Amino acid sequence: MNKTLATAILLVSVSATAACTKKAPEELPAAPTEAAPAQTPAPTPTTSVAGPGTQEHFRNAVGQSTVVYFDTDRFNIDSADAAALQAQAQYFAQYPSLTFTVEGHCDERGTREYNLALGERRANAAKNYLVSLGVSADRITTVSYGKERPVALASTAEAWAQNRRAASVLIN
Amino acid sequence: MKFLTLATAVMTASLSFAAAAQNSDLGEPVAEGGEVETTTVDGSGDEDGGLVFTVTDDTDYSDVGIAIPAFATDADRSTPANSGGTGALGQEIARVITGNLRNNGLFKPTGPDSLPSPRFQQITAPSWSTWNSRGAEMLVHGYVRARDDEKLVVGCYLYDVALQDELIREGWVVRPADWRRAAHKCSDLIYARLTGESPFFDSRIAYIAETGPKDNRVKRLAVMDSDGANHRFLTLGSATALTPRYSPDYSKILYLSYVDGNPRIYVYDIGRGSQTLVTENKSPTLAPRWAPDGQHILFSMAVNGNTDIYRVPVTGGRITRLTDTPGIDIGGSYSPDGSRIVFESDRSGSQQCYIMNADGTNQRRITFFGGRCATPEWSPRGDQIAFTRIAGDFNVAVMSPNGRNLRVLTNGWQDEAPTWAPNGRIIQFFRTARNSGKSNLWQVDLTGQNERRLPTPVDASDPAWGPIRP
Repeated sequence: MNKTLATAILLVSVSATAACTKKAPEELPAAPTEAAPAQTPAPTPTTSVAGPGTQEHFRNAVGQSTVVYFDTDRFNIDSADAAALQAQAQYFAQYPSLTFTVEGHCDERGTREYNLALGERRANAAKNYLVSLGVSADRITTVSYGKERPVALASTAEAWAQNRRAASVLIN
Repeated sequence: MKFLTLATAVMTASLSFAAAAQNSDLGEPVAEGGEVETTTVDGSGDEDGGLVFTVTDDTDYSDVGIAIPAFATDADRSTPANSGGTGALGQEIARVITGNLRNNGLFKPTGPDSLPSPRFQQITAPSWSTWNSRGAEMLVHGYVRARDDEKLVVGCYLYDVALQDELIREGWVVRPADWRRAAHKCSDLIYARLTGESPFFDSRIAYIAETGPKDNRVKRLAVMDSDGANHRFLTLGSATALTPRYSPDYSKILYLSYVDGNPRIYVYDIGRGSQTLVTENKSPTLAPRWAPDGQHILFSMAVNGNTDIYRVPVTGGRITRLTDTPGIDIGGSYSPDGSRIVFESDRSGSQQCYIMNADGTNQRRITFFGGRCATPEWSPRGDQIAFTRIAGDFNVAVMSPNGRNLRVLTNGWQDEAPTWAPNGRIIQFFRTARNSGKSNLWQVDLTGQNERRLPTPVDASDPAWGPIRP
């Protein structure tokens, strides 16, 4: 629901870019040396045209398909996931020089360590499916955040469903 | 292109750069505490003979009234331990002991602020009439003496008021900075003498301090004494830190950090303030644990998404794989004798607890209660295993090592990750609140009746209780 909204806002306003890209990678205490060069495609002030290699360009191309969702404690790729990953695979086939990260996440209703392992499984399930669709394995990095980085903050079944996810992110 | 050049430059930088990056989230090294030396103290005359104090249940001794007046001093001297001198320090030591005994629901202590202060000469010769009239069954006396080298001598005496007899006494020599440890040692002496249990107050806790909103939590490694004092943050918070474990000698902490962007276990050297990877491997490493000998580390590693349990010497070197199933095998806790390991696996389809020999042989499931079993921790006494019981809500429970005699001790919405007090009588865990996601440290005794929240400066999770200090 709010994903559709987010996409709509993104198409209208440039300022939304910051809000969206902030979502995953910048919360991450990643190697500080790599943060600066990642922003090299300097946007023009008003009408930004995000180029290939940016999360915005990826999202504009595949829409909500940057993320796939899982059932409780599961990590299998269902038909909705398969469709999303096919959209991703097409994008990465179009831009063969791009590398990216699949982040595995869990809902809060699990123990911390198990969720880290489960997030690994989910990220690898998405990665393996992309590889089966022809994306080279060495272009895909995986990382698990377990239950440490929720996107939906309520303690409800709906929020947990949004948090059980594997998100493809262009941060390399 | 620019990026590539930079990346190459980084790659070709010296090893010291890598070490610096690895340590980039670490705070200043923490000064090591000094030794606590046990010393003989003067007695009141008669040695305690055959007096036996039998306690059958925790609730029995919780009714025992104990008077803990200020510790006396032979001469009020200045000390770095207290700006008010050794006299004020004696008052403070009695307060710490009172807090220890009260906060853990053991006994009914009365502290120095509502009691008369004994003179130095009375420490070995209590004014029985004074204490009899106050209805105290037990009486704690003690003294503080500042030596010329600034070290403090602290004596601790426990008397039975009705019998007008000394039950036990002991003394310690501590650096001024370690004065609280003398108070904890005295608390332990009283506790052990009156309950027959092993001590636990003179110990420390590592945990994760949490701040910030639910979708952007800052998680830092932190340590504190068992009563929350001497609190320190060990990491700065730029990288998420999780799941610490104190080494048996308190010199190191194993924990997980995202400092290089990936979840990896580091061995943090407390005195040096630096850390090393537990194993040089591209795969993520999780769930670190110490072997009881402090010479080996148990860890879990996800290879292509499949997590198994491994062991490695603390000095590094060859890793040994202990589990080999397509399911998630994770965590692990050694029996006190080091012969067996209880761990968590979802090889049957859901998280359950299993036991194996320390070499990985003879793996067998021990939990069949209908719910799920996670984060098992073997009691330091060896007789029980604490775990997170998932059956609707998440609760802390204990069971025998064969999986029988399950008892649920807590009833929060999400209570997880139990850790044992050094004497195996109290369990700490963290409790997460629904919706807000805020978490705090709690502890509960084995009766399940004495539950309390541990005060921490900010929100907290992943407590790891270290052993009793020498």
